[in-house]
Amino acid sequence: MYSFNYHRATGLRQATNMLGKFADAKLLAGGQTLLPTMKQRLASPSDIIDLNKIEGMSEIELKGRNLVIGAMTRHADVANSPVVREAIPALAALAHMIGDPAVRHRGTIGGSIANNDPNADYPAACLGLAATIVTTKRKIVADEFFKGLFETALAAEEIITKVSFPVPKKAAYQKFRNPASRFALVGVFVAKRPSEVRVAVTGAGASGVFRVPAFEAALKKRFSPKSLEGLTIPADGLAGDIHGSAEYRAHLVGVLARRAVADAG
Amino acid sequence: MPAVSLTVNGKAVKATVEPRTLLVQLLREQLRLTGTHVGCDTSQCGCCVVHVDGKAIKSCTMLALQAEGADVLTIEGLATADKLHPMQEAFRENHGLQCGFCTPGMIMTAVDMVHRLGHELDERTIREELEGNICRCTGYHNIVKSIAAGAKAMRGDAHSHQAAE
Repeated sequence: MYSFNYHRATGLRQATNMLGKFADAKLLAGGQTLLPTMKQRLASPSDIIDLNKIEGMSEIELKGRNLVIGAMTRHADVANSPVVREAIPALAALAHMIGDPAVRHRGTIGGSIANNDPNADYPAACLGLAATIVTTKRKIVADEFFKGLFETALAAEEIITKVSFPVPKKAAYQKFRNPASRFALVGVFVAKRPSEVRVAVTGAGASGVFRVPAFEAALKKRFSPKSLEGLTIPADGLAGDIHGSAEYRAHLVGVLARRAVADAG
Repeated sequence: MPAVSLTVNGKAVKATVEPRTLLVQLLREQLRLTGTHVGCDTSQCGCCVVHVDGKAIKSCTMLALQAEGADVLTIEGLATADKLHPMQEAFRENHGLQCGFCTPGMIMTAVDMVHRLGHELDERTIREELEGNICRCTGYHNIVKSIAAGAKAMRGDAHSHQAAE
């Protein structure tokens, strides 16, 4: 790891000012991606701004029909929260599938979303549940937040403060793990909302998380795995690598979508 | 260089570190607590698991400076002067190790597992919970047996119960 300056922020305004002040600063949330990336020298920020001592960023509450989760909430806390388990059990289950127990004790929802790894789980939940990402500057709907591989709509001096998930009627997440990394080779999040059905896919897209309109239309008519029989998605635009070809991933999207709908019940 | 103050195995510690110093480096290289191992250095293997404020974490994936004010428990803090922790004893009784390199991390993960999930752990739960700990010798069978036995033995053990609170 290259050397850097370390700053412990105690407030969001202070953290924002620091982002503006230093040429190449990075925010440190759970650090479960950033620190390994820095060790590999794939990232070498001049300054690290640690958000962990900022108060009030890891609260979970149900506000009307929205489940609101603070950006610094750890995966383990989302997985074990009675509020999350009651309101959106699929989200608690997804958080429980991330990494391993020690990683879940550190990693945060805000960090995961800001990083937008194409194989991460949370982006699928955000897109599938039509979440709103709340920042120090504005509110961004999930459809406009994820912009490609590791790219988001976040501006240079903008910090995610919380994520608001509208509570769906039903939802489920199915993940096919890469057996070595345990990341999603493909993951499919399905949600039946009052006005629409959403199917969001992580791990498969060559430019990150995406929705499958054909599946959504079929499921809106009838929310059943049978509605997806015979439906496939083209391999064009999907990722192919040593872990699986684009065709294989396309096949998995169909399989996992059917399983997720069955699981959602 | 910046300073960091924390509690390690019940003792107050103050150290100066480079910002890039990892918690595991502080523990091993400055505090000479070499029971915590570095196996992979990429957060995969779990040899470096310690407890920070009561939760198992990978100390190779946390900066030492992030432990400011934290209460850290390492493998050295489990046993008392004359008595192994029940989980350590269970690993000994059940031959839960061969080369021993992964063992400190296995035991710290196992104790955390008991704190979170209780004293009756079935095989499937233990195997799932060991997702972040890699052993290259044992095939895991005896580790799983050790953890099941250690979890039971921790029930009513005053020392480990205290650690759980």
